[in-house]
Amino acid sequence: MKATKIPPLFTISRHYWMMAILLFLIGILIYRAVQLHISNQEFLQSQGNARVIRNIPIAAHRGMLLDRNNQPLAISVPTESVWVNPQLLEDEQQWQKLLQLLNKPAENLKEFINDKITKEFIYLKRHLSPQIAENIRNLKMSGVFLQREYRRYYPASETTAHVLGFTDIDDHGLEGLEKGLENRLKGISGHRAIIQDRQARPIGLAGKFHEAKAGETLQLTIDRRLSDSAHRILKSAVREHRAKSGSVVILDAKNGDILAMVNQPDYNPNNREHRPTSFYRNRAMTDVFEPGSTMKPFTIAAALESGKYSPHSMVDTGNGELELDEFTIRDSHGYGQLDLSKIIQKSSNIGAAKIALSLKSEQLWNLLYYAGFGVKSQNVFLGEVSGFVPYFSDWRPTLHASIGFGYGLNVTLLQLAHAYSAFANEGLLPTVRFIIEKDAQPLSVIKVMKPQTAKNVLNMLEKVISPEGTGNEATVEGYRVGGKTGTARKTIHGSYANNRYFSLFVGIAPLSKPRLVVAVLIDEPNDEYYGGKVAAPVFSQIMADALHLLNIPPDAK
Amino acid sequence: MQINQHFFQRLHLDIPLLVGLMLLCGLGLVILYSAGGKESDIVIRQATRMLLGFIILFALAQLNVNQLLYITPWLYGIGVLLLIGVILFGKKAMGAQRWLDLGFVRFQPSEIMKIVEPLMVAWYLSQHPLPPSYGRLGVAMLLILVPFFLIAKQPDLGTALLVAASGTFVVLLSGLNWKLLTGIGSVGLGGLIALWTVPPDKIQAVLSHILHGYQLKRVMIFLNPESEPLKAGYHIIQSKIAIGSGGIYGKGWLNGTQSHLEFLPERTTDFIFAVFSEEFGLLGSLVLLTLYLFVISRSLYLAVYAHSAFEQMVAGALGLTFFVYVFVNIGMVTGALPVVGVPLPLISYGGTAVVTLFAGFGILMALHAHRKYLFS
Repeated sequence: MKATKIPPLFTISRHYWMMAILLFLIGILIYRAVQLHISNQEFLQSQGNARVIRNIPIAAHRGMLLDRNNQPLAISVPTESVWVNPQLLEDEQQWQKLLQLLNKPAENLKEFINDKITKEFIYLKRHLSPQIAENIRNLKMSGVFLQREYRRYYPASETTAHVLGFTDIDDHGLEGLEKGLENRLKGISGHRAIIQDRQARPIGLAGKFHEAKAGETLQLTIDRRLSDSAHRILKSAVREHRAKSGSVVILDAKNGDILAMVNQPDYNPNNREHRPTSFYRNRAMTDVFEPGSTMKPFTIAAALESGKYSPHSMVDTGNGELELDEFTIRDSHGYGQLDLSKIIQKSSNIGAAKIALSLKSEQLWNLLYYAGFGVKSQNVFLGEVSGFVPYFSDWRPTLHASIGFGYGLNVTLLQLAHAYSAFANEGLLPTVRFIIEKDAQPLSVIKVMKPQTAKNVLNMLEKVISPEGTGNEATVEGYRVGGKTGTARKTIHGSYANNRYFSLFVGIAPLSKPRLVVAVLIDEPNDEYYGGKVAAPVFSQIMADALHLLNIPPDAK
Repeated sequence: MQINQHFFQRLHLDIPLLVGLMLLCGLGLVILYSAGGKESDIVIRQATRMLLGFIILFALAQLNVNQLLYITPWLYGIGVLLLIGVILFGKKAMGAQRWLDLGFVRFQPSEIMKIVEPLMVAWYLSQHPLPPSYGRLGVAMLLILVPFFLIAKQPDLGTALLVAASGTFVVLLSGLNWKLLTGIGSVGLGGLIALWTVPPDKIQAVLSHILHGYQLKRVMIFLNPESEPLKAGYHIIQSKIAIGSGGIYGKGWLNGTQSHLEFLPERTTDFIFAVFSEEFGLLGSLVLLTLYLFVISRSLYLAVYAHSAFEQMVAGALGLTFFVYVFVNIGMVTGALPVVGVPLPLISYGGTAVVTLFAGFGILMALHAHRKYLFS
């Protein structure tokens, strides 16, 4: 009926065709939806979370370093840093205020930001002062954020700079104990996940809140009072003698505690700008030198240990010159017959060389090895060098002889001070340490020599300080002191230089009940150079201060 | 039931179609509440427009075919004049001149053309025996191209294409022979396949001769959205993320994170489907697509059983245009088609579109409902 009126344009079959095409197209949409909802769901969901959830790190408080009397040596002060998300920056006018607060030129910063417009996190300035941080907070600018951080501060400044080292701006240890103890100090930073909207405004918390775990606070063996005194005295001595550098180590001979370790030149760890990195070196542990005469007590100890010698054994040092192969060993005078005690007192090279040659190389090497030469002393200060003692099987006669009076090997000042504590400690050598552990560990001790040997050498060292000895200027009023001078020629380009010396003194006090070892090294003093003239007076002042500060009763009559 | 049927027939309303539209509007308001940030203002405003749309639908449904035929050329003439008026006096918004401010109401004349265009082409073609001669086809093309260029010049390529499509559907329905239809069909299909397979840079080289800067950019970004993740491609990436993170069952109403935390742009308007998908999941999307399919097939059913060529062409074209809206919008939001500003019909927030859509369905119902009275 309908068909008769008008030709059926839109027939049933065309309708079906059309519906089929429409269903096909709807099918494409459904396929697409399934693809997104199911196949790509995981990827898209994680992408979604990446946009919504932000992990905010919470800085862990870095552990403090305290001195042995609980005085702070390194502390972390809370501070704030300002960062921007360039994509969220809006208000151009407030920018001016922010830049004024930060004291930055406007033009540079705009370029800086524009360069990084695709980034989401740029530090504008680290470690703001509290007042500036507060002012920035009050600006309430979108896209500008403050972040809690910690800044390391060293109250003892230059004094402990070389031992402690320093941290970088992210509070990671870069040098010294800060680096060596990084794992114990750093703690575990926490984080909290927040849900944020497109303007990075926090909406709520997502998941758990992981509290930061503060690092360990460690008590060091360092005594800040002794360090300050040693630092002050060393600094003026280096200046007075126009020396290149200098170091002082104070050890507690009983337990190996490092009470002070100071160096020149120094730097301020709280403001390191404009200092050459060579100033950062903890020279007492990182630099080696030939110890010269300060090694002679070990040669004597080896002689006494061998049983071939007694303190009264005589050695002929002749007229002051000894030909050995192509070398000549010289003393300052021809001393003739000397007993062991006088060899130390007069610091006779010929005597020490003759004794060394009379001993088996292995005997001498063993004693040096047990006294800690040629090996690193501890494991927390990472920059320490081991020094070098040639193995005894390589000793030719000239080397054998020169090791007897301190050449042909090299050591650090810490090793030298440490080895001397064997004399002070009845032949026993405790491991050196920087840290006083809360759970006291048994001292690990190496037996270097017999107690009687140590006692004999101590007596000889006391005579060095007598008016007839080389180290008379090391005297400390009221105390019995023993020690040894050293004046070691420096090698320049492989040969010994004229007029360039290390001036050394290592000493022990009080001798009645030995407690402290102080080692002093002055590198290239410019006027005088004898250890007895340059290093010994420094030793005397430092040892006197240390004994007084530690309330050690005088033992001299 | 019998009484009800009779009652609605007398009101000239098609119940299945009306129910389908009401369900879509309901879903639209529900998701708009979520997408709009749980503000009831926006929902109330949209509901008011839907009510206005329904009144217009009811009013138009009362027209009979002869009345429609009578007003069609007038409407077309006024529409074209208004489009010229937009270009001369129009309001600028979002970089394009689309609005005409008549003092008491602001509206987009291009929206009216979405309905008037198929009416006009059908009116013209039905003046003479069908299928049309080539000469008359040429005139029909002219009737389509004039508003197309006027709208494209605003510039609003999306609407221009939709208006042209609604007119073209009339031509396609006017009884073209199979050869011609297959020809047009294969060109269309070939275009789609080319779009999905040819490398983007080659397409860009060809298209740069045809399209404006921003239009070309949109097409190129569609082809490779990751190329500009922070700028124009952002819409598509965010939208895909929102849909994908919904999963099968969705995150639940009001729980979509991507949309609520402002990561999703245009979330109440063009990209509302992404909000819907994130919160109701794949199942929700399927329900929505089924509803749309129902409304479209009911429209085409009405078209098939319409009585004159004019009625068939108009009804068919309106149904197909509605389908195109759905297809282009969801295709765009899911990243299968370029981003062109086409709202999701009856769901997206926006007044003119809702009123226009209801007006279209009003005409559809008028054509259908009056059949019985004319021929029984």
